[in-house]
Amino acid sequence: MTALLEVSGVSKRFGGLQAVKAVSFRVEKGTIKAVIGPNGAGKTTLFNIVSGFLAPDAGTIAFRGEPVQGSPPHRVSARGLARTFQHIKLFARMSALENVMVGRHVRSRAGFVAGMLHLPFTWSEEREVRARSLDLLDFLGIASLADAEATSLSYGQQRAVELARALASEPEMLLLDEPAAGLNMRETADLAQLIRRIRERGVTVLIVEHDMSLVMSISDEVIVLSYGEKIADGDPRSVQRDADVIRVYLGEEDA
Amino acid sequence: MKSGSARYLQVSVFAAATVAVQLTAQVSGKAYFLTQLTMTAYATLVVVGLSLLMGYAGQISLGHAGFFALGGYTAAALTTWDLGPRRGQAIVAALARLHVLVLRPDPYGADVLTVHPWAAFACAVALTAAVAFVIGIPVLKLTGHYLAMATLGIGTILYSVALGTPSLGAADGISGVPPFQLVPGLQIGGSPSIRVQNYYLAWALVALSMLLLLNLIHSRVGRALRAIHAAEDAASAMGIDTARFKLRTFVLSAVLAAVAGVFSTHFNGGIGPSEASIMKSVKYLAIVAVGGMGSLWGSLTASAVLNFLSLRGYFGSFDDAVFGGILILVMLFSPDGILELDLRAALRSLLRKPRPTGES
Repeated sequence: MTALLEVSGVSKRFGGLQAVKAVSFRVEKGTIKAVIGPNGAGKTTLFNIVSGFLAPDAGTIAFRGEPVQGSPPHRVSARGLARTFQHIKLFARMSALENVMVGRHVRSRAGFVAGMLHLPFTWSEEREVRARSLDLLDFLGIASLADAEATSLSYGQQRAVELARALASEPEMLLLDEPAAGLNMRETADLAQLIRRIRERGVTVLIVEHDMSLVMSISDEVIVLSYGEKIADGDPRSVQRDADVIRVYLGEEDA
Repeated sequence: MKSGSARYLQVSVFAAATVAVQLTAQVSGKAYFLTQLTMTAYATLVVVGLSLLMGYAGQISLGHAGFFALGGYTAAALTTWDLGPRRGQAIVAALARLHVLVLRPDPYGADVLTVHPWAAFACAVALTAAVAFVIGIPVLKLTGHYLAMATLGIGTILYSVALGTPSLGAADGISGVPPFQLVPGLQIGGSPSIRVQNYYLAWALVALSMLLLLNLIHSRVGRALRAIHAAEDAASAMGIDTARFKLRTFVLSAVLAAVAGVFSTHFNGGIGPSEASIMKSVKYLAIVAVGGMGSLWGSLTASAVLNFLSLRGYFGSFDDAVFGGILILVMLFSPDGILELDLRAALRSLLRKPRPTGES
């Protein structure tokens, strides 16, 4: 059986820097997989390649069995792969609810002509978009903030809006880029709970994260990158015991 | 978020205001004001289209006077080009049979065979849409200052073509453009006997465009445009084809400018190269800035007031200077438009430290 996401031999070079070097891994449907590694290990580059923001120099990426490498982000998103950003990117001057409604873009179809003429099918479509988006804000426990300007919210709340926005497209798979960055311990614990609940909705999760406690508590599988290369891939326990991983994270014994 | 009924209410208030202005002009014996008010309406059509492009899609254009002129010149050229001498040609004969060509008396009483204004209108809109589309594909890949400069280039080219082409009348432009009979009983033209109907026709066109644009900005597309404006990469991560949405908005606003160009050319009976000038584009841009980026009603109000004052000649020979000055003042004190003006706070921040440049 093929995996939901299959990354094979992906490489990316920026000038003299080999950011990602022949990385391969699979993400099975319904699992939570984490990508960890020290700063500069190539995690975000890998992430940007999978989400279509960068084209790989070599290698292939198959999502639901179809190649997606080199597709622009909006096509990748339309195929069911939604992402969040390390530095939260909410839409300013729009409410929390409107931000989430943008997330339903790929699940609705009103174009320029239908919009200008306010055609009847758009009325029910807009109602559906609004109702689904409110449901998601409710799922994330921020329904009361629906009308607040998104960028005026607290950091944790903005994270929640961004998650709701990504989920609004009803993705098969969610890519989370360092979702715990900037969160305190309590918020991080809440986030772990939330990611498990997202998986329970049937969404597969690929997460890039620094916070080891978060990664170890929620992941089914972990891959470790170092200098652009994959050095470990497996369940969290075995990865934690891996000699290479210990060396990368704790330094050489004789260093 | 405004509901649909609020939109219709706003448009109704606007319609009532146009009636009030017309009656006031009539009662106070200033019916001749309606001529400038009609031209104001056509300029306003350009302004609201540009306001959509700048305020919602976040794209600047210094080429909109060019699109206005492209529409106007196409209509003027086609409706004044006498095809009578070519009647023998098969294509001319075929077009005449299809009623695309009409026989009408020219100002000197001789009969001329020219393109029907509706056909010319269709050509003008199609040509402008095509030009905006083809130019927009590469140009809209640019952002900020680069986009401003590239669109300035478009405006410059269209202006020089209008000014330098003998068959377009060069510096004199094209005159003798016939009135445009929309339907029996309704025609766009400059004769004083149809001044009132022209005033209403022009503002009805503005009202209709406003309704369409207000519907648009409160739709899925409007949401997508605001998302693109706020964070383009996040918008594309949400599945929005940002290049396509920007291009369509650019074409839509160019088409509105072209429609305004066609109608005002029939109203004035001609068009000259100054309509395509860069200063005209700057004027449209200044008015959008005064009304507030992202406020269609603000743009409309600013346009109605400033264009009327300008067309009535209140700014005298300093007209361009006034608009330049307005642009500077708005950028300094109220970059979000004068409706957002907080004069004291703006003065304080100006005296204390340089303003942050804001979003790039």
